[in-house]
Amino acid sequence: MAQSVVKEFTKGLWAEIPPFRLVLGLCPILAVTKSVENAVGMGLASAFVFVFSNLLVSMLRNIIPSKVRIAGYIIIIATFVTVVELVMQAYTYPLFLKLGIFIPLIVVNCIALGRAEAFACKNPPLASVADGLGMGIGYTLSLCVVGALRESLGNGTLMGHAVFGPDFQPFRFMLEAPGAFVCLGLVLCIMNLIGKK
Amino acid sequence: MREMINMVVVLTVLSAFSGGLLAAVRTGTKDRIEQQVLKFQKAPAIKQILSDVSNDPLQDRFKIMDKEQELTFFVGKHDGKPDSVTFETTGKGFGGDIGVMVGVNIESDQIIGICVTTHSETPGIGSRAKDDPKFAGQFAGMTMDKNFATKKDGGDIDAISGATVTSKGVSVAAIQAQDIYKRLKPEIQKQAALIK
Repeated sequence: MAQSVVKEFTKGLWAEIPPFRLVLGLCPILAVTKSVENAVGMGLASAFVFVFSNLLVSMLRNIIPSKVRIAGYIIIIATFVTVVELVMQAYTYPLFLKLGIFIPLIVVNCIALGRAEAFACKNPPLASVADGLGMGIGYTLSLCVVGALRESLGNGTLMGHAVFGPDFQPFRFMLEAPGAFVCLGLVLCIMNLIGKK
Repeated sequence: MREMINMVVVLTVLSAFSGGLLAAVRTGTKDRIEQQVLKFQKAPAIKQILSDVSNDPLQDRFKIMDKEQELTFFVGKHDGKPDSVTFETTGKGFGGDIGVMVGVNIESDQIIGICVTTHSETPGIGSRAKDDPKFAGQFAGMTMDKNFATKKDGGDIDAISGATVTSKGVSVAAIQAQDIYKRLKPEIQKQAALIK
């Protein structure tokens, strides 16, 4: 039992790390990873939603009739997303302003719905929470990697601190949307290279 | 039939719980959110309008109930005299509500300045209402008997080219502020005089 819980947790960190392995939930990784700070905020907000929506979906898996399960999941996910939104607004307002519309958009994040449908509705609460936590942390890490690449190359900073010295010419392209695609593609490519060995 | 009732009941109960939880969180965070909005969005606008005051307008504020709505007035002092107030009104823009902070000198009834606080206008087009001081600057110095509508609507304000709806939204907010000020002037003066 304990072993399988650990397995559910760790699979989200590499074997099925979102969004690279699942290739779901690409919209936020393209849109909000202009800086590491944004990436961490977005990742943690998503992780919170994954964990609690997985927990509730799993607890209610025998109660919600299968015909309306998607509607039920959406209610659960939307509730937690709104909780996150309100809490961020109250405690990390500048970050909330930067992430803007992408916080409410976690509702339609395929990962949240995907984990509810693919995992939480068939597994007990503990394993579901482990799954949600693993996915959430994995997602945060992925966002941070892309965020760090884009921020350091595009702006010459990391978490707001200069990293390359004063002579560095920022590679602005990385902060634009095409830069996000290129960056995502490169990371995915490197991951596939490592995975093949 | 049984299945249908089951579906309806489950979804209703789930929605009710969700509504209850959200109401609770909303109540719990409401005051803090108000404070944060004040600190990060209204404060810069207020500071810009009341740049030369000798007090902290964020501290020296009072509230007046106007119809159903509670309005917060921020008082600015010049030479120790509380002679100016700012308050926020909203107008409909292209992408949603535009919040406009309006500063009025309560002795001369002149607009000190206006400043857009919150908006969701198109970046680079409607957002110029906030970023381009030329547009907002037109209101400064106008007295309360002027017409704050855009020129197209028979007023004195030049709209931003390409952003008619946004300009109109800002001017509607200014007109609303004019209305409120005219209506509540005695009360505003009384309350402002009480600020030490």
